[in-house]
Amino acid sequence: MSTLITLIVAAVTFGTVLMYGTLGEILTEKTGNLNLGVEGIMYMGGAFGLAGAFYYEKAAGAAASGPLAISIAILSAFVAGMAASAIYSFLTITLRANQNVTGLALSIFGTGIGQFVGEFMRVSEGGYVALSNHLKDAFNATVFPSFFINIPVVGRIFFSHTVFFYLAVILAVLMYLFFKKTRTGMYLTAVGESPSTSDAAGINVTKYKYLGTTIGGGISAIGGMVYIMTTAGCVWNHEGLSGVGWLAVALVIFCIWRPLNAIWGSVLFGAMMIMYLRVSIPFIPTEIYKILPYIVTVIVLVLTSMKNSRDKQPPASLGLNYFREER
Amino acid sequence: MSETKTPLIRLAKRAEMSKGRIYLIRICSIIIALILGCLPMVLTGTNPFAAYSVIIQGSLSRPVYLKQTIRTAIPLLGCAIAIAPCFKMRFWNIGAEGQITMGAVFSTYFALFYADKIPHAPLLIIMFLSGALAGALWALIPAFFKAKWNTNETLFTLMMNYIAIGIVAWLQGGPWEGRKGSQLIPMFSDNARLPMVLGVNCGWIIALVLVVFLYIYMNKTKQGYEIAVIGDSVNTARYAGMNVGWIMMRTMLISGAISGIVGTIIVSGANFTLYKGVANGVGFTSITVAWLSQLNSFAMIAISMILAVLEKGANTLQTRMQVPASIADIITGILLFCMLSSEFFINYKLIFRHKDKKEAMA
Amino acid sequence: MENKCAIEMRNITKRFGQVVANDSINLKLYRGEILALLGENGSGKTTLMNMLSGIYQPDAGEIFKDEEQIYIHSPREAYEYGIGMIHQHYKLIEVFSATQNIILGLNDGKMDLSAAEKKVKEICDRYGFEIDPSKKVYDMSVSQKQTIEIVKMLYRGADILILDEPTAVLTPQETNKLFKVLKNMKMDGKAIVIITHKLHEVMDVSDKVAVLRKGQYIGTVNTSETNPQALTDMMVGHAVSLNIDRPKYAEPKKKLIVEGLTCIDAEGIKKLDSVSFCAYTGEILGVAGISGSGQKELLEAMTGLYPVKEGSIRFINDSGSEVELVGLTPKRIRATGVGMAFVPEDRLGMGLVGSMGMTGNMMLRSWKNGRGALLKKKEPEELANRVWKDLDVVTPGVNYPVRRLSGGNVQKVLVGREIASQPEVLLTAYAVRGLDINTSYTIYNLLTEQKMNGVAVVYVGEDLDVLLELADRILVLCGGQVAGVVDARNTTKEEVGLMMTQFNTSGGAHE
Repeated sequence: MSTLITLIVAAVTFGTVLMYGTLGEILTEKTGNLNLGVEGIMYMGGAFGLAGAFYYEKAAGAAASGPLAISIAILSAFVAGMAASAIYSFLTITLRANQNVTGLALSIFGTGIGQFVGEFMRVSEGGYVALSNHLKDAFNATVFPSFFINIPVVGRIFFSHTVFFYLAVILAVLMYLFFKKTRTGMYLTAVGESPSTSDAAGINVTKYKYLGTTIGGGISAIGGMVYIMTTAGCVWNHEGLSGVGWLAVALVIFCIWRPLNAIWGSVLFGAMMIMYLRVSIPFIPTEIYKILPYIVTVIVLVLTSMKNSRDKQPPASLGLNYFREER
Repeated sequence: MSETKTPLIRLAKRAEMSKGRIYLIRICSIIIALILGCLPMVLTGTNPFAAYSVIIQGSLSRPVYLKQTIRTAIPLLGCAIAIAPCFKMRFWNIGAEGQITMGAVFSTYFALFYADKIPHAPLLIIMFLSGALAGALWALIPAFFKAKWNTNETLFTLMMNYIAIGIVAWLQGGPWEGRKGSQLIPMFSDNARLPMVLGVNCGWIIALVLVVFLYIYMNKTKQGYEIAVIGDSVNTARYAGMNVGWIMMRTMLISGAISGIVGTIIVSGANFTLYKGVANGVGFTSITVAWLSQLNSFAMIAISMILAVLEKGANTLQTRMQVPASIADIITGILLFCMLSSEFFINYKLIFRHKDKKEAMA
Repeated sequence: MENKCAIEMRNITKRFGQVVANDSINLKLYRGEILALLGENGSGKTTLMNMLSGIYQPDAGEIFKDEEQIYIHSPREAYEYGIGMIHQHYKLIEVFSATQNIILGLNDGKMDLSAAEKKVKEICDRYGFEIDPSKKVYDMSVSQKQTIEIVKMLYRGADILILDEPTAVLTPQETNKLFKVLKNMKMDGKAIVIITHKLHEVMDVSDKVAVLRKGQYIGTVNTSETNPQALTDMMVGHAVSLNIDRPKYAEPKKKLIVEGLTCIDAEGIKKLDSVSFCAYTGEILGVAGISGSGQKELLEAMTGLYPVKEGSIRFINDSGSEVELVGLTPKRIRATGVGMAFVPEDRLGMGLVGSMGMTGNMMLRSWKNGRGALLKKKEPEELANRVWKDLDVVTPGVNYPVRRLSGGNVQKVLVGREIASQPEVLLTAYAVRGLDINTSYTIYNLLTEQKMNGVAVVYVGEDLDVLLELADRILVLCGGQVAGVVDARNTTKEEVGLMMTQFNTSGGAHE
């Protein structure tokens, strides 16, 4: 039992990283833009998030406050992600460059920048860049008092996580409400489904596409920061971060573009990714667990296309650029 | 049609631009990219001129550097060639990474277990054939679902990459692991390594042969013609009596086979072993190579060389000037952005609203 | 409000380049009245209405609403004037519900879906629409989608409604339902325009009929005081002599027999309903019909591009043996040695490869020729040069992308290639649409030349004057059925026009 609980807790920790990446990409893809640069965006988020917290601590010294450091990390990651996707948006929305190629270019660029910043900090600070234990604890602290955590079974499963997990869940719910209940959310979906129809209805397609992709990029970037600050222990670790962005892209498909699915989907994916450390099933090599997320994603993709159920398809204009004169 | 609400700047497709101007725009975009590339260097206190000259020196100035640069360029070039027919058909195959990996896996199987049983030349041929077969089959899976149920090929091929990489990770730590606990597959024996020609593994010859092959295939063969027609209009292809689904699968088979061959070249010509990073992003970078070359196989030589120079040169930059080698990725990224942008100015023109334009009938 | 004039258009003129789409047209529209705007394809009906809906602005003329001059610059402004137009192509988001689509782009404070749904229900109940406001569009039939478009306009407070050929996609039952609703709206004081070329619908639903012909305003009559014959006369006018040469071929033989051909589209609508006819060698068989009567499906079924539900298409060889074409792919049809050429309606999207030059396009027929894997470029290149010269194609060279050529030259390339394949049957769809007079005559002459070479030519056309002078016989399609086959030399424009609109419901009586 306790193995299972440990597994779930670990799955949530890694799943939180994915949840940000996925939620951001859902927002992006809902506008019809397939941004394959998530990998790069999350690298940038990780590097700049760490940099933000690190230089803040350097400036504030021992007086550095945990909540402020967290806010700064979130904000720097978010801004970095927005900046990265702004490049993508400008190229694909305004200059109508091919989305796949631009996304891949952003992936190369973003991982380069993330790596560069991480390395540069290491070199310029003389060796080791890490936050003080005081701040590390702040980033990894649980939100609920120990009373809740000590409730048998449920306590650890539900209440032992960092603030980032709860923020991500709130974000997922907000996004769900945004798409379901608000006019802006509805228009954004409309733009992703059919830009020409939306344009004819008087919706500013360009504006919505820009908003969706840049804010989406910002959210994805927070995921990278969360990885560095929680799983990686507040140290730049590009090895661990590599592939997380692509996993987030897979998860978007697995969630069939629905934010609420991202909550359990990311925990499930998180579990599959770390299961090899904790559980061994006879006859199935542990390394194979790691490809499970991709296999289930492929299965979901194939099933939805075979069933051709209209509710579960990618946004209809996904990957296509919109040029009004071509109607 | 005069409209009162004509926007200030309007876009229109450009009819045609002279070859000279097109090249001028492309060259300008590269220059702009190099200038923008100075930015991260300046910010981190490196002299960009010195840095660029180190990059050039470190990649081209000596035969040994040049050889390493060419070794880096081979897989990029080979894989760009693999991707070109798919992209021509508007089949967005971004699964070259996985196809390379699977090609490498199959080749490695023979390299590991038959190296002492089969003589050099036939062994290499078997490795290439099995690599090609593996890449082809790996590519066929998404193509089949695309042809049959119109499954989104971009997302499907993307997923296939990580499944392939996962399989290698398993082999590495499991059945093919060399020394227990090392998580490494043993190095190939000399018998399973590609011969060197002019100091670089013979993969470069294969890549150049593929360049010519692609040119002929796309421009001179019936199959290349079919691909071009489908890329233009699926309806026209049907009208002309082409079996679109079958052609899609066939093209992906060829594309995957070439990627698989690239995988063989990487394991038996450069790494001499298999590990999960065997493709190392080549499958993705080569997509940008193919696209920026406008799917022209000869232009791919130039573009893959430019990217290889950046990558190789940046390694030298790191050792000499302590600039992180990831600067190569940054400049590559900037270069790609600029070149992608330049296509806009080639294909579209901006029409500015004239002040004297009369309002509609008012 | 004593039947005040809701909309008045005065001397409206609209040109597109050289073409005058609307020439000084006057139109009055009253509340509580359904006006049918009648005319053949290309007579300028839709263009005229697009100027009310804000898509185009007139080059000259004035528009008044309630006797006040107005200027409509965009569809949005049209809404504000209470004018709503329902186009032929519905612009709907498939994954949205009816209500979501209805309120799309409408900014009226906080979004409240349930309130909007209630309002939609009210509108539906009031006029007798039958839609479920929360149903997703992808689950809807074409007629339900149309209903959404109409309700969308009413929701925005439109009191002047324009429907562009609303019945083109509807079954007769759905059409009746629509008309009932339209009458309800009329009673409610709305002004309604219905663009159509179906006479019986005009008689059924309208109060007044305004007739356009080739961009000219012919007149407005009260429906109760007119009859189909008079309307047809107004619509088609008197035959204009075009002086197309029409020689007679010595001994026509049966070449193609079509029997009981039935096709059903993806939506389950019958596009062809047991169509039977014969095509002879040395004959141009004209196919007349209002657009969407099954012409496209007929030609595509004959070339193996459209799935056939029932029936047979038999090709008769010179030896007299028959080849059944139904069930064969285009490739197989070609392989069996059936010489069939097809000039499709969508020239660049189906007949040609826009990004390639003339040579590449000539290859579209011959790319399979020859042994081996390599393309044989020599012959197509020669052919391209021949077509370039013979048909005076204006292009910088045979490798210049055909997409960049003008419409007439694009068509010359296409027709030139198809004729060069030395077909025994030549199918053409709207071969002169959008072409200037000279190019049109070039095409007529080419087709006649083919006919005199013993080819069975099928010419789907929209201009009755041309059909009457070019074709030997005319097959009239109406709603996917054969309304009749007439001898082009001994018929009148009125007769064909009437069959097209199937006032003569018995069908097939003429032979």
